[in-house]
Amino acid sequence: MTYTELALAGAALAVLADTALLRTWLLRRRIYWTAYGIVLFFQLITNGILTGRRIVRYDPGTILGPRLAYAPVEDLLFGFALVTMTLSTWVWLGRRGAARPDGG
Amino acid sequence: MRHLSYLAVLAGCVLGTLPLEVWLRTRVYARPRRWLLAVLPPAALFLLWDWYAIAHGQWSYDPGQTSGVLLPGRIPLEEALFFVVVPTCAILAFEAVRAVRGWPAGDEPVGPPRP
Repeated sequence: MTYTELALAGAALAVLADTALLRTWLLRRRIYWTAYGIVLFFQLITNGILTGRRIVRYDPGTILGPRLAYAPVEDLLFGFALVTMTLSTWVWLGRRGAARPDGG
Repeated sequence: MRHLSYLAVLAGCVLGTLPLEVWLRTRVYARPRRWLLAVLPPAALFLLWDWYAIAHGQWSYDPGQTSGVLLPGRIPLEEALFFVVVPTCAILAFEAVRAVRGWPAGDEPVGPPRP
C-alpha cells in the first residue's frame, strides 16, 4: 500500500475508533476541534522543520505530490489519525476511571 | 551537533508544552497510568506503520541528522520517541483547552453536582 492509501486507512480507523469502537464521539465536541486546531498549527511548524530540513525524506512514488509547509499532504491525515486515536483513548480511559477520585 | 536535529525538535515539543502542566494544571504527567495507557496503544500501531513504511522505502531518515540509534525493524530511536511525545502534546493541548474553556469532553464524573 502507498502512503496515500495507508494515510486514508489510518484516518478512517481513527474515526471508527472514536465513534463505533470507543464511542467517545470527540468528533462532535468543540473541545476536540479546538485542541486539534492548536495541534495542527504546531504540527505544521515541527513537521515543516522535519521535512524542510530533510530530516525525514519521502519516496515520491508513494505520495500524491502536493505539499503543505514542506510536508506531503498525507501527513495531515497521519497526524489526524495519531492525535484523534490518542485523545479518544484518553477520554475513554477517563470515562472508565471517572468514578475514581483521581479521575483515572 | 547536527545529528541531534531530530531529537532537538522533540525536546522543543516537550519543553514547549511543559508550562501547560505547570500553569494550567492539565494533570497529564500527574496521572501517569492514564497518560501511558492512552499513549502506548496508538504508539504501537504507528510504530508498526513506521516499520512498514521504512521497510518499503516509503520514507527514510537522514543519518546525518539523527542519533543513529536504531530499534528493531531499523526504526530510529527518534521515531519511537515521536510517537510518545506528539500524542502527549496533543493530550496536554486538549486538557489545556478544558482548563481554559471548561468545555465538556464526555469523561466528567457523574453524580450529584458538588456544592
